Amino acid sequence: MNPITNIPFTAQIINMCAAFLLLIAFSMLSQRRILTLINLFALQGLVLSISTAVVAFSSNQEHLYYSAGLTLVLKVILLPWILHRLIHKLNIKWDVETMFNIPTIMLIGLALVVFAFNLAAPISQMSGTITKSTLGIAIASVLLSFLMMITRSKAVPQVVGFLAMENGLFFAATSATYGMPMVVELGIALDVLVGMFILGIFFFQIRVAFDSLDLKHMEKLKED
Amino acid sequence: MFDSFGIFPIDVALGAIVTWLMLGIAGLLLQNSKIITQFVFPAGAICSLVLALSGLGGLTETSVAILPLGLPDLPFHLRMDALSSFFLLLLGGVSIGISLFSSGYFRHMERGNLALLCLEYHFFLAAMALVFIADDAYMFMVAWESMALSSYFLVTTDHDQSEVRRAGFLYLLIAHIGAIAILMSFGVMQGGHGDYTFDTMRHSHLSTLWASITFLLALFGFGAKAGILPMHAWLPEAHPAAPSPVSAMMSGIMLKTAIYGILRVTFDLLDTQMWWWGVVALTLGLITALFGAFFASVQVDMKRLLAYSSIENIGIILVGIGLSLIFHAFHKDALAALSITATLYHSLNHAFMKGLLFLGTGSVFHATGERRIGKLGGLIHKMPKLALLMLLGTLAAAGLPPLNGFVSEWLLLQAFLLSPGLPQPYLNMLVPIAAAALVLAAALSGYVMVKFYGVIFLGRPRDENLVHLHDSEIHDAGIWERIGMLCMVVACIALGVFPTLVILQLDFVTEMLVHHSLGISALKSGWLLLTPINAERASYGPLILLFIMVAGGLITMLTVKKFYHGRLRRGPAWDCGFPAQTARMQDSAEGFSQPIRKIFEWFMGVIREVPTPFDLKPHYHAETKDRLWSLFYVPIKVLNERIGNQVGKLQHGRIHVYLLYSFITLLALLAFVQ
Repeated sequence: MNPITNIPFTAQIINMCAAFLLLIAFSMLSQRRILTLINLFALQGLVLSISTAVVAFSSNQEHLYYSAGLTLVLKVILLPWILHRLIHKLNIKWDVETMFNIPTIMLIGLALVVFAFNLAAPISQMSGTITKSTLGIAIASVLLSFLMMITRSKAVPQVVGFLAMENGLFFAATSATYGMPMVVELGIALDVLVGMFILGIFFFQIRVAFDSLDLKHMEKLKED
Repeated sequence: MFDSFGIFPIDVALGAIVTWLMLGIAGLLLQNSKIITQFVFPAGAICSLVLALSGLGGLTETSVAILPLGLPDLPFHLRMDALSSFFLLLLGGVSIGISLFSSGYFRHMERGNLALLCLEYHFFLAAMALVFIADDAYMFMVAWESMALSSYFLVTTDHDQSEVRRAGFLYLLIAHIGAIAILMSFGVMQGGHGDYTFDTMRHSHLSTLWASITFLLALFGFGAKAGILPMHAWLPEAHPAAPSPVSAMMSGIMLKTAIYGILRVTFDLLDTQMWWWGVVALTLGLITALFGAFFASVQVDMKRLLAYSSIENIGIILVGIGLSLIFHAFHKDALAALSITATLYHSLNHAFMKGLLFLGTGSVFHATGERRIGKLGGLIHKMPKLALLMLLGTLAAAGLPPLNGFVSEWLLLQAFLLSPGLPQPYLNMLVPIAAAALVLAAALSGYVMVKFYGVIFLGRPRDENLVHLHDSEIHDAGIWERIGMLCMVVACIALGVFPTLVILQLDFVTEMLVHHSLGISALKSGWLLLTPINAERASYGPLILLFIMVAGGLITMLTVKKFYHGRLRRGPAWDCGFPAQTARMQDSAEGFSQPIRKIFEWFMGVIREVPTPFDLKPHYHAETKDRLWSLFYVPIKVLNERIGNQVGKLQHGRIHVYLLYSFITLLALLAFVQ
């Protein structure tokens, strides 16, 4: 590995953003309050948007600017706003979730990060992008978001986990290949938006049907 | 035969198949009972005739065709060689009679059901014909599955009865298990070329291990369709459920598609044959034949009885295949040719005679509404024409000369008896035992047929309802039905009386399968006398026998007429001094088979209810259960359920668990690609 001074300035910023992303992923994993979780999600979007813009600047990939802008609008402003409104309407703003042992989850998360870095090593060697060293973090944040979905029992945090996973994927795409084609990105953005709306409607339906947003009540749906 | 017109037999066959399909669709669209019964079914019979003729023409020349249908770059290959042609001849010949019979039989059926049945019926015929001319595994499986599906819908024609639905499901299940085995056998046979035409398979040169696996898979897969033990369970359930013409087609023709498949795979597609394959087939065949014969003899439902009898006949055919495999592997060409001829001959005979008998049960059922033999009786007075036709059918099925059943069984026994020392000492010991078992099965089939005919047609009506029915209510078979059955009877007689001519045609098939034929030796003593190997050992002259029988009968009749003329009178039968005779005193269906049931009780699992002496309404009931249900099917079912329950535990209903599954899968896949 090169000494730190040999790395260009932009790359250092990108690396820092990646570190922030990982940190945010961990804090989301351990965050029990729903409101803070949404704020963390917005923060993750912001970091992602900044890092994308920096990548665009350093590699002169124009379409990445659009991606960055899209991320900013969608994931920092629009989606958190919708989520805020949702939890306001559902009156769960100050809900605190009971989770099982947080330190254990963090340890599993650590193991996942090691696994992700191990996985990314051969790929980043082949990749010629400026961001190649951050691929491990991208994969790690996907896995951590997934882990978050598994450990949560309420519906809203699960959706946040799902959206965070999409963030991780987006970051992986940027770091491995300078992003996906614009059409694909637009499509994904639309999917996320529509998915959010549908899930928002579902929240109300679930609460009407089960008197709670706790997903363990859905076990009743199983056929015996 | 068609050459002069520039048309090949396969074109004619394809024409007939397409016409069948169109007739089926026309029937569905027209929805008119009168048109369907009086026009569509007879037109289908004409197609059958055309198909049979094309089969006759195809025996001598091979023709191929490629249909540009199906998936892109994967056209359907068709080929009509001697083997295909023989089975097309069988299909065409038997279905003429069945279609004509159907015109009359389905006359009173409800309009919508009739239109559907017409569609399924003609699709079934077309699918079977396509099975015979398919020349790649893709086409074969498509035709095979269409055949299974259309026959499933035919079996479940009366789907408002739960036992019919149950029988249909059992049939479909076993058919699909068989189809999977067949598919796997094709998969092995293409030998990694990725090309599924039969032509590739012929040249794939498998090692003996893979060839053996192919053979066993094919035997199992086709055996499920044919009803070879232990995959026979669907036959006795499906046949009583299906309408009689459908039973006739399934038993007469569809079982033969499985025989065709076994022959095609074993002798044509595989280029090596191991001798022990023959032993496997022979043993399975003998067990199947004996099992079928024993169970047929104790049945009380006439269609179940015939179904078990079909199992027995399939067993006999399989014995023939096994024997020819053994002879072929040891290069005893003449004997291999003899036993394969017997096999083909018996397939043909069984198709006609069992078709005839099933059709007859349909007429009986229509007239009386009764399928249980024990309730019938004395029908010879009420349905004399049907009784005569059925008499000939039962005699043929019992294997009596000069009818056709005798010829093929005799040929097969000749193959057994003429077999000189094979190089395997154990085999040499097996062959006489097998011959004895075969004779036992043949004798039992005679017993079964006596029961079948005797209890249904002779004596007096056993059931009160039947006694009180007036003659006008019990009508004899209609004209269409009689014509259909007459076609079958004529074929039975012709096949029995002119064996040399039939064998001359079969020789093309034998030549193709085992590269040797009977032709010359069979004709050595002229066309009148059938001599399979040489005249010193054995010969059979059915025409002479027929002449002697007819002459003897005539002379006796004339003599009796001369001496007793005018003194014939009808009076009550001698009552042995006990005048209070009722119909219940006759031998019943259960009673007739009581000795067999007694002897083989350990083999059959009998449930018997005997009334106590104080019972005011005594009722005797004996039921014979197939032990293989509890020994084979039930354990499989239990195992299946257990595995199912274990798998069912995966479904928790908790979304987290499901997420965990995908998470673990993701991690495993990532670790794997790494």
